[in-house]
Amino acid sequence: MVPTSQYLVLGALLFTVGVIGVFIRRNAIVIFMCIELMLNAVNLTFIALSRHLGKIDGQVFVFFIMTVAAAEAAVGLAIILSLYRRRQTLNVDEVNLLKW
Amino acid sequence: MEQVMFWLCGIIAIIFSFMMIIKRNPVHSALCLVVVFVTLAVLYVLLGAEFLAAVQVIVYAGAIMVLFLFVIMLLNLEEEVHRQGKSRLALKTSSIVGAGLLLLFLISGGVFRAVSAMGTAGPAAAETSNTQAVAELLFTKYLLPFEVTSVLLLAAIVGAIVLAGKKG
Repeated sequence: MVPTSQYLVLGALLFTVGVIGVFIRRNAIVIFMCIELMLNAVNLTFIALSRHLGKIDGQVFVFFIMTVAAAEAAVGLAIILSLYRRRQTLNVDEVNLLKW
Repeated sequence: MEQVMFWLCGIIAIIFSFMMIIKRNPVHSALCLVVVFVTLAVLYVLLGAEFLAAVQVIVYAGAIMVLFLFVIMLLNLEEEVHRQGKSRLALKTSSIVGAGLLLLFLISGGVFRAVSAMGTAGPAAAETSNTQAVAELLFTKYLLPFEVTSVLLLAAIVGAIVLAGKKG
């Protein structure tokens, strides 16, 4: 049996890659995909700990996280779509109206 | 066997997640992310969460990534151009933040290992199937959150239509 700590380290690595992606990429859609990657890393952690504790509750939480991620993807992509219609760009450096 | 599968899937997941943030073409990034999702589904099976592995493939690798690819191709994005000026700063910041996060996570992994070595409740023997166990919990203990989730999905549908609609 693979020890739980190895799963946790793998989840941490994936989360870190997601954070680095959010920092270095400038395309709004790719940043959004990095956020999905971070959500998945957290899901992996939840399931690993659910096995470690011998309780199924963690898996139910992952189920909810997946639902929220699906809703978030739909709304986020709709925002990106209307953003592109208005500005003709997805570069987050050029979309800085709310930045002071 | 389990050990081999874990290392194989873990290494593939990390390599493809790196490729996702390195590739300049968003379509390539999306396809790399699909690979990461599938390897994660394999890891879920290894962890005994078969139901979530199926949901991962159907919802994430299927529905969500198709939505992403659909939007990317709809917008016909050009490849990201090389940035100038601010990119050095962004690279420096991200490397510092990334290294810090990694260190923090690895330390917490070590702490967890030390704590769990002291002994906790072992994994309970599964007498029913995983899907049945999840469903029983979902429709008893977590019934209210489950119902609230349906309202959330409805709100998301309405929001997506309003935002991406003709006048949006």
